[in-house]
Amino acid sequence: MSELSELYQQVILDHNKKPRNFQKLEAANRTAEGFNPLCGDQLTVYMLMDEGVVREVSFVGTGCAISKASASMMTQAVKGKTREEARLLFDEFHRMVTGELDEEAEPNQLGRLKIFAGVRDYPARVKCASLPWHTMHAALEGEETATTENLGPDLSQAAISD
Amino acid sequence: MIATEKTIETKGAGAAWDVERVREDFPVLRQTVNGKPLVYLDNAASAQVPRIVIERGSKYLREEHSNIHRGVHYLSQRATSAYEGAREKVKRFINAREARECIFVRGVTEAVNLVMHGYGRKFVHEGDEVVVSEMEHHSNLVPWQMLCEEKGARLRVIPMDDAGELLLDEFDALLNERTKLVCVGHVSNALGTINPVKEIVARAHKLGVPVLVDGAQGAPHLKVDVQDLDCDFYAISGHKMFAPTGSGVLYGKAELLEKMNPFLGGGSMIRTVTFERSTYAAIPDKFEAGTPAIASQIGLGAAIDYLNGLDRAAALAHEQELLAYATEQVSAIEGVRIIGNAREKASVLAFVIDEIHPHDVGTILDREGIAIRAGHHCAQPVMQHFGVPATARASFAFYNTREEADSLIAAVQKVIEVFG
Repeated sequence: MSELSELYQQVILDHNKKPRNFQKLEAANRTAEGFNPLCGDQLTVYMLMDEGVVREVSFVGTGCAISKASASMMTQAVKGKTREEARLLFDEFHRMVTGELDEEAEPNQLGRLKIFAGVRDYPARVKCASLPWHTMHAALEGEETATTENLGPDLSQAAISD
Repeated sequence: MIATEKTIETKGAGAAWDVERVREDFPVLRQTVNGKPLVYLDNAASAQVPRIVIERGSKYLREEHSNIHRGVHYLSQRATSAYEGAREKVKRFINAREARECIFVRGVTEAVNLVMHGYGRKFVHEGDEVVVSEMEHHSNLVPWQMLCEEKGARLRVIPMDDAGELLLDEFDALLNERTKLVCVGHVSNALGTINPVKEIVARAHKLGVPVLVDGAQGAPHLKVDVQDLDCDFYAISGHKMFAPTGSGVLYGKAELLEKMNPFLGGGSMIRTVTFERSTYAAIPDKFEAGTPAIASQIGLGAAIDYLNGLDRAAALAHEQELLAYATEQVSAIEGVRIIGNAREKASVLAFVIDEIHPHDVGTILDREGIAIRAGHHCAQPVMQHFGVPATARASFAFYNTREEADSLIAAVQKVIEVFG
């Protein structure tokens, strides 16, 4: 089981089983849809923005444990953040799961989200963790849909193939 | 349902299947993944390649590589002879009347698109109907949707029951004078169902409707005799039958291929070209524009040689034993549901586990060295039928062992442990 602990940690399993902020937000003034056409993961992020601050954020959707836990923890992480802070967190999270940010060596605001660092060792699963964040980002920027289709070539796949 | 068509013939299987000896033919199987022996159960996606196929491709690249059909020089003649030799092997393998009825394509996707453009766009008109089945792979569904959209034709769907068997009575009700083509899979990649294609062909032919059979999952397991099936088209992907990617075959009856429009235009497919007009080559060249995947198709010929050297009835019996054993064991695990319970199945075991997404199953199995496929298997309507977003799919080949089935079973139990 030790090899698996990196990815399927208790916290992730817990958020998968009992996702937080897992409902439609009636008061939302921003929504975005995220879709991964490769695996069928789909989620909607609801956001209430007020004076440049994320007052409330929630999600509904279907997906694997990684995507569900990532969405759940994303909502906890960005609630109460300013737009700038949420953007920064999105950027740090994205760089962490794609291996561009060493979360232990470089300063960052990731905190509990570091639990997803292990996903970079599973190239096929990086998009599962990042889809909720891309969707949140789309809502934040007032875009309608996010998809993992246009995130560029998955270079991490190529890098470990040998 | 029909009971007359017995597609699984394992009688006459000779001595016991020596799986360990067969495994020695597949170098890729001898490796560890994450510190565990590789257990390759993703054969329905791509089957592994035996040594003689690897060596044949390598020999071509070392000794024969050159362009076919054009050069008068020695190498070109050797390459042409090897390439056409592969076509002859395909012809015998599927019992086509003539080698020219076997068009080399990249795989089933290209084969179906070829028929869609060459036959469909010429002979299907507004108000006509094209019939597919509910369990088609997207490759035998999306091209027909595209055609129907372009022509204002109607796509009709043969439904299936909850075991994953086609409802042939419903099929009869779909057929009418507007039906121009029936397109159906020999074996479902998502469910394993072996469809009664001979019966389907017979019923369609009563109304004079031609039938295309997607044989991607049929040819690797079942003996294919296109004259006995009497199908009008039969499509094969080489990489699913122990050959390299980029190899494949579209079989078509000569009289149909001859009256079809060409698909891709370019070199090799012409007879004469002027700026006013071009005339086209005879089949099969008419459908093989450009330089083909010569090495891959020669590899397909070698894969056919390999299969011909096996006791195929014994190979199939071995696969069926593995399927029956794994089905019994996996379905006994609490919380597991098998998707696809047709009476006649190829060695495909698709399943879902309560509350656990198939991608998580796939990742945990991967850590155990076990390769399966998790997802919608390019058959989203099948997922919709069973009300699941995706399934986990283990697919067995004749080189898989009972110990590997045991590894799968233990790993599925482990998945359930991890998720508590």
